[in-house]
Amino acid sequence: MTVSADRVAHSRVAPLQQHAGDGRDTRRRSVLTPEGVALSLQRASTGSRFIALLVDLLIVLMLLIIPGIAIVVAIQAFDMPRIAAGWVFTALLVASFLLRTFYFAAFELRWQGRTPGKRWLRIRVIERHGRPLTAGAIFARNLAREAELFVPLSLLAAGGSAGVDGWIRLATLAWLGLFLAMPLFNRDRLRVGDLIGGTMVIANPKAILLDDMAGIAGVGGPAERFRFTPAQLQTYGIYELQVLEEVLRLPEGPVALDTRRAVAGKIRQRIGWSASDSQAPQNDTEADPRPFLEAYYAALRGNLETGLLFGRRRLRQAAKGSMPPSL
Amino acid sequence: MADDFRLKSTVFRQEREPSWRELEALVQRWESRGLRGLSATQALRLPLLYRAALSSLSVARSISLDRNLSDYLESLSARAYFCVHGVHTAPLAAVRTFFFRQFPDAIRQSAWAIGLAILIFTAGIATGLILTLINDDWFFAFVSSAMAGDRTPDSTTANLRAALYNFDIKLTDMLKLFAAELFSHNAGIGLLCFAFGFAFGVPVVLLLFSNGATLGAFVALYASHGLTYELLGWMLIHGITEILALLLCAAAGLMLGRAMAFPGRRQRLDALADAGRTAGRLAVGAIFLFFIAAVLEAFPRQLITQDHIRWLIAVSSLFIWGLYITATWRGRKVDSTDAVHDGIS
Repeated sequence: MTVSADRVAHSRVAPLQQHAGDGRDTRRRSVLTPEGVALSLQRASTGSRFIALLVDLLIVLMLLIIPGIAIVVAIQAFDMPRIAAGWVFTALLVASFLLRTFYFAAFELRWQGRTPGKRWLRIRVIERHGRPLTAGAIFARNLAREAELFVPLSLLAAGGSAGVDGWIRLATLAWLGLFLAMPLFNRDRLRVGDLIGGTMVIANPKAILLDDMAGIAGVGGPAERFRFTPAQLQTYGIYELQVLEEVLRLPEGPVALDTRRAVAGKIRQRIGWSASDSQAPQNDTEADPRPFLEAYYAALRGNLETGLLFGRRRLRQAAKGSMPPSL
Repeated sequence: MADDFRLKSTVFRQEREPSWRELEALVQRWESRGLRGLSATQALRLPLLYRAALSSLSVARSISLDRNLSDYLESLSARAYFCVHGVHTAPLAAVRTFFFRQFPDAIRQSAWAIGLAILIFTAGIATGLILTLINDDWFFAFVSSAMAGDRTPDSTTANLRAALYNFDIKLTDMLKLFAAELFSHNAGIGLLCFAFGFAFGVPVVLLLFSNGATLGAFVALYASHGLTYELLGWMLIHGITEILALLLCAAAGLMLGRAMAFPGRRQRLDALADAGRTAGRLAVGAIFLFFIAAVLEAFPRQLITQDHIRWLIAVSSLFIWGLYITATWRGRKVDSTDAVHDGIS
């Protein structure tokens, strides 16, 4: 392995930095529920929204093309009168308008702000301020799509026929470009329809509940074999605690083992801990750093959480060399 | 001894975890199968468990430093929040509420915008009418050659009259194609008007004015041949409905334009979203009106060739729409979410 364990540890836990400082993750948005609790949600990425749109458009196209082909075949096969063919063609034209206008709105009404494409990409529409999503907002955001997308697209498509000259096509392209690029010009990636409807598209939250690391270490666990002095628990803050949690949750493997050894070594050195402080032999801690880390995690968390109850929230470790603050 | 190692946050988690797991299972069923996936008891448990989860989240934020736990609670609360505070309108009920309450209400609420749209449209008609009456050549400034066809100032009175009465009609496929295309085309223009409101409403004014001028130029052309009554019968039989729809779309666009230009004390985006709610209703209702107008245009106008009956239909459509807009449907339940919503905003 050419990369040092320290570097690995750093790169593995890098995503955590987004959590530690609240302002750092540019994709998180806070939404206040009617109960008055702020929930932090992640806005959907532009790419997933674009793909969801393509999927939906493809479905609309299929819904139009398949009956269309079937009807043409039926007319050919059964030699239907021309007047019937006319009705059918009319019905298809009307259906294309109704479908492209109401497909999105109907699904978002029925499926809690999700169309099939959005459902597939695990994104959904919400009201920007956390209020209930109303039918009015859904219709507003989807009707705007007509001007954002369908009208310029049909103008472009009509470009081949007579009556539409080059300048108009150029203006259309500029307009299409401006509307399509709209989400890139604002922080919440809102398109024109979102602006009018007061909505926002977010990624579905999907965190699963893992084991409590402090619970594992606790009863009958490693915590009983290691002892730490109050000074040793004053060294680190919440940020380091959560990095340690991440390190403990790494999937088992050689990388995880290397990372844990490096982290355990750093902690031992920093807090001045030696094997004589515990009932566990030194070489045991070297071979498997996990019990030591779990015990330290549980002890540090207990210390920091006690601090929380007294209104002390220590976010980061104390600067190296300075004396830890006394309790 | 062993109890010493159990942190407060660990105990908290052990006590509450069963209710989180129960909520998670319910939310999962909801997400895959909707409300139908839940029994009555489960449906009643869901909001209770949701509030319990929110309370757990608040507690966890203040006493627990377990990152995974707060992430999980955050995500669980958000998922349950979508179930509890999501869209709760049954499609059929939504349609009923829309036509009997929201749409007429939206029209009455936006009287100023509709008034302004009428003013601009009338100004367009007057301009087209007067200028064309003064000088025939103005006709070509307002009407494109494709639209005019053989109805120009050079046409004979007989030609102009013939364009109004299509005697050799059959229920051909051409007719219905015409209806469909018209519907799609007109509703498209209407929605364009709505969406253009985003550009401070300026394109709405232009579009409205130019459409009015075209209309005025046609009236002037026919008036100069003494065919005003006949032309208006031909035009208004569906025109009343179509112009009303156009005016509603334009009013929607103007409301958006005002919110963009003069947001008042609110943030521009919030003002836009508020206006967008009413404007969206106007636009959806207008699509329905465009549909009726297209039907009137394709069938009664082609089938009925007596001017008096055309006028009768035109006047009665004006009467019906007037009644629809001004009447209030008492006894209908207000859509509660929307009422609360409008109350907040």
